[in-house]
Amino acid sequence: MESPVLKIDSFCAFFSENQVLQNVNMEVRHNKVTALMGPSGCGKTTLLRCVNRMHELVPDATVSGSMHLHDDDLYKMNPIMVRKKIGMVFQRPNPFPTMSIYDNVIAGYKLNGIRISRTERDRIVEESLRGSALWDEVKDRLHKKGTFLSGGQQQRLCIARALAMKPDILLMDEPTSALDPKATAHIEKLITELKDSVTILLVTHNIAQAGRVSDYTAFLYLGDLVEFGTTDKLFTVPDDKRTEEYLSGKFG
Amino acid sequence: MDATVRFRLFKDYLFKLMVVLFACIMLVPLLLILFYIVKNGIAVINWEFLTSLPKPMGELGGGIANAIVGTTMLIIVASVIAVPVGIAAGIYLSENRVGRLPGAVRLCMEILQGVPSIVIGIIAYIWIVISMGTFSALSGGAALAIMMLPVIVRATEETLKLIPENLREASLALGVPYSRTVLKVIMPAGITGILTGILLGVARIAGETAPLLFTAFGSPFMNLNIFKPVDSLPLLVFNYATSPYPEWHAMAWGASFVLVVFVLGINFFAKVIAKKWKVRF
Repeated sequence: MESPVLKIDSFCAFFSENQVLQNVNMEVRHNKVTALMGPSGCGKTTLLRCVNRMHELVPDATVSGSMHLHDDDLYKMNPIMVRKKIGMVFQRPNPFPTMSIYDNVIAGYKLNGIRISRTERDRIVEESLRGSALWDEVKDRLHKKGTFLSGGQQQRLCIARALAMKPDILLMDEPTSALDPKATAHIEKLITELKDSVTILLVTHNIAQAGRVSDYTAFLYLGDLVEFGTTDKLFTVPDDKRTEEYLSGKFG
Repeated sequence: MDATVRFRLFKDYLFKLMVVLFACIMLVPLLLILFYIVKNGIAVINWEFLTSLPKPMGELGGGIANAIVGTTMLIIVASVIAVPVGIAAGIYLSENRVGRLPGAVRLCMEILQGVPSIVIGIIAYIWIVISMGTFSALSGGAALAIMMLPVIVRATEETLKLIPENLREASLALGVPYSRTVLKVIMPAGITGILTGILLGVARIAGETAPLLFTAFGSPFMNLNIFKPVDSLPLLVFNYATSPYPEWHAMAWGASFVLVVFVLGINFFAKVIAKKWKVRF
């Protein structure tokens, strides 16, 4: 078996005195979708934000343990470098309101002051928009503001923006929770298509969504990683009683 | 209908009427000011009035070009000082909402806003006029900058506070450093509010007289040197209106008219900008 893209070892996270993650150990495999699921407040979003160190925006946030992206220790790198390698899509679509669709996609390069030629730029924009299945809908209005798109389109624009940086992992924090069922179905289809080329770590509190799109699933409960394994196994013959109860709707 | 219900409805009606009435009273002072200024001022307004210098006492004609140029210079000097400082402080306050230094800065801004303008004039006099040995546009501009500062800081802070957190996260998650996130994502999203704040600051200082009395001082000559005294519209109004000559009174009305039109124009322009460039999130 090839080595994992992301390896999380005995990882704990705290907000001042409050421990929100306890000794999490898991791996994210290359070009697979790994889902983090669990009830509200179980720490799944915190775990996700620890991967690209966005949790550091909260004062008093501390962690212990380690996370490795391939062979690099994420916590020994500069967070700016970490975030360039690890893309993120948020709960609510958040395109840059002052930028056009085109500029939104290329924003990672532009805002970081990375100079690339015009043809290269055009190529990245088209590739990323095709990757997020938005190209056909917006190719005639690339220079219009991104905020005039519908919610689902905006979310795909944000996915394109993350893809443009060619991330090693794409983090998705409940990417469909602010969208209607149709847009949700569209994004889910996109996720299953994307995994040919991208490694995805997905947070969801929707059990069915984890079942539909993921290859591996981790179940978190009250800051503990209760169970981690292939989605097939976890959904059919879970090892832990809590997983079974959660899946059958006894709590959550 | 029941008599008590009718009485209550009547009271309700009366209440609404009172509210509208008092709202209308609000309009009266401004309308009166505009009425008098237009009535007395518009007669003297012509091309010569706007483009020529004051004539010596006794000669007819002459204009207020020196004061128009002087006010423009003072506004430019004040803006050059206050805009960068004000925006930087506003960014700092919006990024750091709690803590000792933000609290102290915020308190200072509030107090500064309440300091009488004449006192600010004295400070500028002591700091700049005395140490440079001459009245100057620079000292007047500095005094006005201090008056403008709280307006810009407050506008910047309030605008940037309203920008959704997820925008900042979007930028940081792309690996964009903090400074670039603030300058290239947060600031552009709030640019209308900041511009409006600057314009309102300009409108606020354009009519200030007291801080200029012993800084810019006034001058009947055309002067483009910021190290020399300059005239300004409110100073000119003050000097001419307190003179005993009816021709000068007419010129004071004319200058008031120009000043009021300028301030109204800026307010209007600020509204247009706020509407037109509004950023949709």
